[in-house]
Amino acid sequence: MNRLHLALLLLIGCIAALPWFGGPYALRLGTTACLYATLALSWNVVGGFAGYPSFATAAFFGFGAYATGVLLTLGLPLSLSILLSLLAALLLAGLLGAVLLRLRGHYFAIASLSLVEVLRELVNNATDLTGGGMGLNIPLAAGSGILADAVFFFYAMWAVLLATALMVIGVSMSKLGFGLACIRQNETAAGMIGLNATLYKSLAFGLSACFVSAAGGLYAAWVHYIDPSDVFDILYSVKPIVMALMGGIGSPLGVACGALVYLGLEEVVWRHYIQIHSGVLGLLIVVLLLCLPHGLLSLRLGALWRRARHV
Amino acid sequence: MSEILRLDRLSRHFRGLQALREVSLGIRQGEVVGLIGPNGAGKTTLVNTVCGVTPANSGSVNYRGRDITAVKPYQAARLGLARTFQIVQPFGEFTALDNVAAAALFAQQGSSLKSAREQAFAHLAFVGLEAHAGQSAATLTLAMRKRLELAKTLAMKPKLLFLDEVNAGLNSAEVERATKLIHQMAANGMTIVMIEHLMKVVLNVCTRIIVLHNGQLIADGRPGDVMKNPAVVEAYLGQQYARRHAAHV
Amino acid sequence: MLTAQLLINALVLGCLYACIAIGFSLVWGVLNVINLIHGSFIVLGAYLAFGLYQWLAIPPWYAWVVAAPLFFIVGYGLQRLLLNRVITAPVLVTLTLTFGLDLILNNAMIYAFKADYRKLTLRPPLGSLSLFGVVVPVDRLIATGLALALTGVLYWLLRRSRVGRAIVAVRLDRDAAVLMGVNVKSIYATAFGLGAALAGCAGVLMALIFPISALTSSSYLGKAFVVCVLGGLGSVSGALAGGLLLALVEGIGSATIGPSHATTLSFALLIVFLIVRPQGLLGRKGFE
Repeated sequence: MNRLHLALLLLIGCIAALPWFGGPYALRLGTTACLYATLALSWNVVGGFAGYPSFATAAFFGFGAYATGVLLTLGLPLSLSILLSLLAALLLAGLLGAVLLRLRGHYFAIASLSLVEVLRELVNNATDLTGGGMGLNIPLAAGSGILADAVFFFYAMWAVLLATALMVIGVSMSKLGFGLACIRQNETAAGMIGLNATLYKSLAFGLSACFVSAAGGLYAAWVHYIDPSDVFDILYSVKPIVMALMGGIGSPLGVACGALVYLGLEEVVWRHYIQIHSGVLGLLIVVLLLCLPHGLLSLRLGALWRRARHV
Repeated sequence: MSEILRLDRLSRHFRGLQALREVSLGIRQGEVVGLIGPNGAGKTTLVNTVCGVTPANSGSVNYRGRDITAVKPYQAARLGLARTFQIVQPFGEFTALDNVAAAALFAQQGSSLKSAREQAFAHLAFVGLEAHAGQSAATLTLAMRKRLELAKTLAMKPKLLFLDEVNAGLNSAEVERATKLIHQMAANGMTIVMIEHLMKVVLNVCTRIIVLHNGQLIADGRPGDVMKNPAVVEAYLGQQYARRHAAHV
Repeated sequence: MLTAQLLINALVLGCLYACIAIGFSLVWGVLNVINLIHGSFIVLGAYLAFGLYQWLAIPPWYAWVVAAPLFFIVGYGLQRLLLNRVITAPVLVTLTLTFGLDLILNNAMIYAFKADYRKLTLRPPLGSLSLFGVVVPVDRLIATGLALALTGVLYWLLRRSRVGRAIVAVRLDRDAAVLMGVNVKSIYATAFGLGAALAGCAGVLMALIFPISALTSSSYLGKAFVVCVLGGLGSVSGALAGGLLLALVEGIGSATIGPSHATTLSFALLIVFLIVRPQGLLGRKGFE
């Protein structure tokens, strides 16, 4: 556990204090912040630690949303539904990872992107189970009153974020994290020194998917209605990447900060430029990539960034 | 001395190019074997096939009584087969210490990162890089990287070590230093197969020479005998060298 | 199941798919950039054709004369000014960059033209042709013919012209091309411009057949992806092979398990090919 890990936990701790400072709007924002940070931190495991540019985040987000949604409509309690979605995603991603992570570079990126499309279409067509294109209505899960509801979901999402952060810190300090760093730098050499790259990559992919799935499930319970094009939206794959790029790929603290900064920008843009907000997002991406290839963290923290990378 | 590696009619082709033609040989424990031959003879392909980097098309590889013809590279590494690369492949962002620690960590079962790093330091000292332990591998010179590669293979505690042209790109002082290290490893009982173009080094260190030409084994025996073998002279050494060498022997 | 109608439909659709994909394939094969703006370029080309017909009564089969140079200039400029800066960056950066650019273009189109679907209806309508029990709408036939002509032009360009040979050289071995005196920067920009021009022309053809809306750009992109992976990158024959295979699989799939599964099927096929034969039917290994 080093300084940057502690800083990350401190940041998350600060976020927990949010309900004391704001009303429903702040709570909504806070829940979204926790969601975004979870997605970004999870992506970082496969994209930053292992170096595989995954566009599959939306696939598992949607998977979690629908898995939880369906389980809730069948009458299971919320916590169980989310736990089951998490485990299912872990297993699914682990298996898919063993296959897809044999691909490198562009091919892997496309395969992971196609996963989103395939899952969306499968859900779309399984009308009996998921309601297909008409969407799924999810029964109310939490307590009474809008504010109580909002507070509950905020803390639930915060708990998922905390779990994700702990997972990420755990991985980066473990043999798995060390191995992923080897894979990222030189996968051939990693194999030659006895590292089972396929196993490690599958684990990374699984871990990057399970909390995303939990977050997706919580999201579904929070908004009470989901449809395929809403949760299997490519933007849920691209936004975490932009957040990671903003904060500095590899560093969990950087990535989490990137998520928060991104959310801030998104809120400002949404409020003022709703009609062209995706265009402004695009502009942000372009400017970011051309001017700040190493992320915002590289601006201020200079030397600290060099150590922050891939920690 | 027991046999540690046996190749039986090993063949490998790449889309029409026959890289290995029914190569059969055995390596005994403790030997230091020189693997020589002209470029494209199949030397690196042989090492790649034994270590699982490229699959064999036919024939078998038997290592310490086990058929390892179809193993993956990481499995071969864990069984005790280590190799260096002609074009060194370090983990650029890692320090020299972590490069070696990685090898110690993954090639051996049940070690922790902490103990791996301790072992790594000892190996770095063996190759003379202990002063650079904290330096990032990308900043090391070529000669240092080659020694780092050697330290990494040692950290894997291999039973059989393949050295693929460790001396390529090194000056004579560096070559001497590397040769001394190899001598020491051989003295410690390591079985080594070295692919090498510098005959001086081969004759200095090796107890046995194997010659490959066009994927075929054309000679296998004591250095003195192999050097006089007309096929070897024809394919690789050249008449001039053979005459000079014969004069010195 | 393999009726003549199904085969002819697949043939026609396959050529259209090839036309959609050819520009995308060229850019990917030569610059190693996955151009996510491609779909939006196609839609923009369709809007252009629509506009030209609506207000200047220029039919789509002449609209490409306007589209091609216009899109070439835009593409050339885009690559030279923006994309070239990240040409050596990892996959992640170039993909996300083109994604961002696509967001801008797509949003701009929705803002300017609204998301409603428009249809370019020819007056008088062209009807269908019926031969030996096989029915083909004439507009599709024309579009197919033009699509083949377009791919033929590209093929000729790559085979015979100086610029074309330079593009192929860069695709095969960039460093060697530099040593041969090829101005790689300018070739990259030219290839990208060419890709954009082909996309624009493909859009013009699509306007003849399909409804036009910015919302369709991602489905065009999706098709281009699949065709490239199936057929192999950077070659005209690859695009044709991939297009025909995709159209055939979709046709058979539609007839057997229903049309709603067509997209799933095509993406599932994509994944299978990526795993089993990433270089596609006719491609060469080594384009990551």
